[in-house]
Amino acid sequence: MISFQAVTKIFPPNILALENVSFEIKPKEFVSIAGKSGAGKTTLLRILLVEEKPTKGRIFFDGQDLSKIEPARLPQLRRRIGAVFQDYKLLPSKTTYENIAYVMEVIGATEEEITRDVTQVLEIVGLEGRAQNFPAALSAGERQRAAIARALIHRPDVILADEPTGNLDPYNALDIIRLLLKIHELGTTVILATHNKEIINSLGKRVITLEEGRVIRDEERGRFVF
Amino acid sequence: MFISIKRILKSGWLSFSRDGGLAAATCFIMVMTIFLATSLFLLRDVGQFLISTIQEKADISVYFKEGAPEEDILKVKEEISEIPEVKSVKYVSKEEALESFVQRHKDDPILMESLEEVGGNPFLAALNIRAFQASQYQAVANFLDDALSPSLKDLVEKVDYYQRKSVIERIFALTSGMGKAGISLSIVLAIVAILVAFNTIRLAILNQKEEIKVQRLVGASNWFIRGPFLVQGAISGIFATIICLLIFTLICWFLSPKIEILFSGLNVWRYFTGNFFTIILIQLVTGIGLGVISSTIAIRRYLKV
Repeated sequence: MISFQAVTKIFPPNILALENVSFEIKPKEFVSIAGKSGAGKTTLLRILLVEEKPTKGRIFFDGQDLSKIEPARLPQLRRRIGAVFQDYKLLPSKTTYENIAYVMEVIGATEEEITRDVTQVLEIVGLEGRAQNFPAALSAGERQRAAIARALIHRPDVILADEPTGNLDPYNALDIIRLLLKIHELGTTVILATHNKEIINSLGKRVITLEEGRVIRDEERGRFVF
Repeated sequence: MFISIKRILKSGWLSFSRDGGLAAATCFIMVMTIFLATSLFLLRDVGQFLISTIQEKADISVYFKEGAPEEDILKVKEEISEIPEVKSVKYVSKEEALESFVQRHKDDPILMESLEEVGGNPFLAALNIRAFQASQYQAVANFLDDALSPSLKDLVEKVDYYQRKSVIERIFALTSGMGKAGISLSIVLAIVAILVAFNTIRLAILNQKEEIKVQRLVGASNWFIRGPFLVQGAISGIFATIICLLIFTLICWFLSPKIEILFSGLNVWRYFTGNFFTIILIQLVTGIGLGVISSTIAIRRYLKV
């Protein structure tokens, strides 16, 4: 489904973020990208979202070469990917409900579908009582749950989670990981980038470890090892 | 398609109504710009009125000697009328001059007493000559000096151009100066308006940059992102137009009688109501134009993620 082929990313003037990175991710896999801060985890996810272009190498998403994708086709690609960020990236001027509904509006869902699905997803993430609150009025954990709800509302093929627990306490962090596992069980591919040792060790899933931009380990039931 | 348009309109309205501070600031700047555009429109016509009033008052008078025969004066009138620079020539007989003086000063006992004391009709028959432009009065004066036949020239008591030359030239310099000053002021104010509007756009860009980025990341198309910002800009323009229209209605309503006292014949309220739809059009075009253009620049600059 996703294939990185000898991907290198150099930021000007000469900062090597990724070096010759190659791996494949199959549909419905749960993959953790582990590594210290600055190892290249975020760059890897940004390249997958086509926020960045690789300096060398190719990335395929369902057979489509992302290094050559036309700008006009980007919205369609991004609608197939749900993204969760450490800093949530919720729209501050929209309520929780509107933030989640926005993605449905983008794909052209009807009002009935939006009402039905958003209500359902709000229940799944436990935010039914916070639907009319703006992001500024939510706690960190609630914001991240809202971001996850937004990422999964339109049933994307892949969910990218970039340090989703980075700003959360252990209780909220555990909630978020449980949610991601639940989404994975429902058949969605999940790519989780984190430097949290406990989380990676508790998952018992595939782990790709990066160090200074290179893949140093790729294990089916990996652990956090440095 | 229809659903998307509806959502874009709704989203634009929500952003406008929720973003109170920025919306108010944008509206305020737009009110100032629309106010300026409307003022220029109104002032242009008020200025024209004042200029033509002043110009109407500039002329040359040729006074004829006591006892000059009327047919000779009318002959001079005919000759002067043939000069291409002359716009009009009006003959004022001794009697008409006296009557006009009495009419004008009948409430001034000192002047009337003086007139009685002088006895008879002290006024001279005259020709009032108007040219098309100030610069042409010299040509008329030259004609009276050189081209008039000596017999007719002898009838002329005095030409008051030389006495009023400096006044006439000053009036025309002033009116042409007013026109130039108006244009210069318009240019300066237009530049100020553009600078102010662009500064608002800069603030809008800084405020909305992250939001646009997030919208792109969740797969929104260009128009789904642009639309609400354009709608928001247009709504700001419409609100600013309404505010400006109210301000102008009040100003014209209250000041019109006072202005009419200062400049008789200049009724600002009548002019405002007579040109109401032109004014609305100017305001809407300025308001919505500014809103839409500023939003377009803002989103175009930050659309690439």
